[in-house]
Amino acid sequence: MKTANKTVTAERLVRDALEKAEHFRDYNIFTYINKTGAIQKAREIDAKIARGEKVGRLAGVPYALKDNFLSPEGETTASAHILERFTSPVTATVVAKLEAEGAIMIGRTNLDAFAHGSSTENSYYGPTLNAFDQERVAGGSSGGSAVAVALDIVEFATGTDTGGSIRQPASFNGVYGLKPTYGCNSRYGVVAMASSTDCIGFFTKSPDDMDLLMSIASGRDPKDMTTLPDYYNNTKSGARLGDSRLAPARPSLRGSGAQSAPVVANVHETPTRRIGVIKDFDNKSVDSEIRNALKRKCETLKKKGYEIVELEMPALKYALAAYYIIVPAEVASNLSRYDGVRYGFRSDKSKDLDSLYENTRNEGFMPENKRRIMIGNFVLSSGFYDAYFLKAAKARTLILQEYEKAFEQVDYILTPVSPSPAFKLGEKANDPVAMYLEDIMSVSLNLAGVPGLAVPAGKTKAGLPIGLQLVGPRRSDKQLIEFAKELD
Amino acid sequence: MVDMEIKREDILHLADLSDLSLTDEEVESLGKDLQDIIKYISQLDELDTKNVEPTYQVFEMENVWRNDEVVEQEADREALLALSEKSRDNQIEVPKVL
Repeated sequence: MKTANKTVTAERLVRDALEKAEHFRDYNIFTYINKTGAIQKAREIDAKIARGEKVGRLAGVPYALKDNFLSPEGETTASAHILERFTSPVTATVVAKLEAEGAIMIGRTNLDAFAHGSSTENSYYGPTLNAFDQERVAGGSSGGSAVAVALDIVEFATGTDTGGSIRQPASFNGVYGLKPTYGCNSRYGVVAMASSTDCIGFFTKSPDDMDLLMSIASGRDPKDMTTLPDYYNNTKSGARLGDSRLAPARPSLRGSGAQSAPVVANVHETPTRRIGVIKDFDNKSVDSEIRNALKRKCETLKKKGYEIVELEMPALKYALAAYYIIVPAEVASNLSRYDGVRYGFRSDKSKDLDSLYENTRNEGFMPENKRRIMIGNFVLSSGFYDAYFLKAAKARTLILQEYEKAFEQVDYILTPVSPSPAFKLGEKANDPVAMYLEDIMSVSLNLAGVPGLAVPAGKTKAGLPIGLQLVGPRRSDKQLIEFAKELD
Repeated sequence: MVDMEIKREDILHLADLSDLSLTDEEVESLGKDLQDIIKYISQLDELDTKNVEPTYQVFEMENVWRNDEVVEQEADREALLALSEKSRDNQIEVPKVL
């Protein structure tokens, strides 16, 4: 990652990024451009460099911020009408950490409103276009962030991943995208979608950049009680899963006792390095060019001495159904706070408090937000709770157990990110279930809390990027990033 | 549950639970969408979950007690009140409640 120094100033880096953002305006990547603030911050960093003072590891590095991260710079809208004109008085922990290292936010990026979607078409501000084909979707929900990195406007961008919202747009645009282990990075100051699966991650152009960002972002945050102690920076470089020195203890996926010891990964001893492929995922629903890309990577790995192991994970077939019960339930709860009273948009049509809530919410939410809220209230409502929500929570246990079992047999799992490359704008916009099926390979990781890294894996004949997903056990994020280099 | 039919009154009930004042067109289109989604998620029926405990979160939880001290918050009262569309005298203004 290019940082500022005495010859290349932060102001130059920032101005270049702002010019590129302007040049690619047609793509509808940004909901806000932070021109004045970014240049001012760049000058402060340049002054420090001129005085010979120490600067951070991201000094002068321009980055793009997904518009569901709170900070006082610009409005945090989550690309939703209901948060229009909302300027946050607080700063998300991850933003504060990046800025403390000298990173400079040049703009806020477009997303599906409240991160509900897989194409960025559900944005109040219109869709973001794919970096490789303007007639196709960027993927989502972090579409703007993925395209900002793919078009080389910025060095990196932030994202959130509740069911694939980092990995799928990364794969649609040919960049790296990491969904870390649940609890690795603080969620404080990020607009909540589904609290038991929301993860904070990044888009980068290389595994090394991802490693640098994770070493900055990870660790316990007193403002987010679901952050883990910093295991990321306690992972020895060059170590791999299977090294016993990596594993002072092995917590189970749902075990207790995360508090004191910085346990690095729940790893196991294997004589040779084994990579799993999931039998049911390599099936006819996956585009043949993506299946071939997966096969090619497996061949590469075999030549490097890895053993490829076929895994049976039958419960994964039900992950998407479980996900679209559990997540809407949490969405319905998290989005109940948007009532037009304390912040954000307020409908002016109301005569009393009840109609103020109802009108504000109906005018302020996008159709997909309403679908998820209503499905959430359906699966939680009396008479349906056992059949849907409880059933899904039990399915989640089976999915967790399948991952636990899988990682007793293999070090990592390699799968497609999504069944197809970037689809055409509008192609799935009127069919919610077809859109949900986009997430069929990504959601199980969120339900299990395990990390996944989307890596570029060539292009289709039509020139669209293909992405593959590397999956590891909980807390194996650093090893996953290092292993990604083996795939080249 | 797969063949469950979602009726207009069900949609209106869910809209009420969700604090949404749907238009007639929305009742119709959301009704169709919800029917499709419920049909999809109902495939969980096939999965045998006998004797399986539910999982509600995947964080390795441990309770942490905080010190019993007043903590300065990042945003003060003025900044928070300024976020509301209408406020005066340190209070948020809303239309009549009853």
